[in-house]
Amino acid sequence: NCVHLSHLTPSLTPIVPQQSEAIVIYTGWERHALVGSDIRLSCSFFSWRWTSDDVTFSWSYRADGARDSISVFHYTGGSPYVDNKGPFRDRLEFVGNPGRRDGSILLKNLDYGDNGTFTCDAKNPPDIVGRASSVRLLVFEKVPIQAGVITGAIIGAVLGLLVLVVVIYYLMRFLVARRVFNLSVSKHGKKGKGKEGSQQRQASPLSVGSLTTTTQR
Amino acid sequence: MLLILLAVLILHLIILVLLFVSTIANAWTVGGTKNTDLWYSCLTTNVGYHCSSASNEDWIQAVQALMVLSVLFCLFSLVFFMCQLFTLVKGGRFFFTAVFQILASLFVMCGAIIYTVMRPDGEKDAAFGFAYILAWVSFPLCLPPLTAMCE
Repeated sequence: NCVHLSHLTPSLTPIVPQQSEAIVIYTGWERHALVGSDIRLSCSFFSWRWTSDDVTFSWSYRADGARDSISVFHYTGGSPYVDNKGPFRDRLEFVGNPGRRDGSILLKNLDYGDNGTFTCDAKNPPDIVGRASSVRLLVFEKVPIQAGVITGAIIGAVLGLLVLVVVIYYLMRFLVARRVFNLSVSKHGKKGKGKEGSQQRQASPLSVGSLTTTTQR
Repeated sequence: MLLILLAVLILHLIILVLLFVSTIANAWTVGGTKNTDLWYSCLTTNVGYHCSSASNEDWIQAVQALMVLSVLFCLFSLVFFMCQLFTLVKGGRFFFTAVFQILASLFVMCGAIIYTVMRPDGEKDAAFGFAYILAWVSFPLCLPPLTAMCE
């Protein structure tokens, strides 16, 4: 009895792994900072799943001009692990809140040697497929002026001055015109009262005169 | 009289066009393959024409602002000229036109001076481009119309 193997092949249903959609990680694009200051590098993610207890955050650093990147921070199993041997020892602090999907770190006392690219990678099991996001750190002696700020300020100031001058000019003209109007109104008013007063004065001597004439009679 | 007014109008338009071209054209400093102006710095390479935005230093922003303001004031002066042309009594003065035109020429002069003093370091054969020259030319052109209008 040869049993054909072909009849014996069990129906192999492929084991489909639990669907995990991609995780999206957000960091800044570029960060500017002054020498000696502190900077907070933020990292958060979006995932369709609830934040699991096994969420991990991982920061790595690649200096400007270097080829490799080193790992400087890792959060796993509910505990953060900061760099204690590398260039950021004693200068790195975890200020994020993994429960709120925030894996930000704080870098203290920056120096020119800290120029480089920081990459944040977050995993939210079973959401593990995603692209790490990078933020570029630029350390300056003084923060450079952004394009167009001074231009806009000068143009705005001059045009504002122009508008102000025009408004003041028309206001002065309006006030002067109103004053002239008030003066002319009061002049007319005095003339009218004057006429009445003179009539009264003319009337009173007549009455006095008539009294005297009556008394004389 | 009519001829003088017509000449002033044409001169106004010419100045406006010069200022526009000077502000926009990419030829303040030219040298070899590199053209620089107030807004961009462009490089002609084998592959093509690449532009990057000009440096964000204080002085170049000030020159940008002054050139834009001079264009605006020249425009205002032209508008006032057209208005006053039809509403002015005989013997009146084109006061506002002259004031705005003076301000426009002052701004373009200041802008050109600042650019001359602080010009960006270019290549060895960097020379001033035509847009820069136009800026300087438009400055004295503003003056004859003033004398014509103040008569």
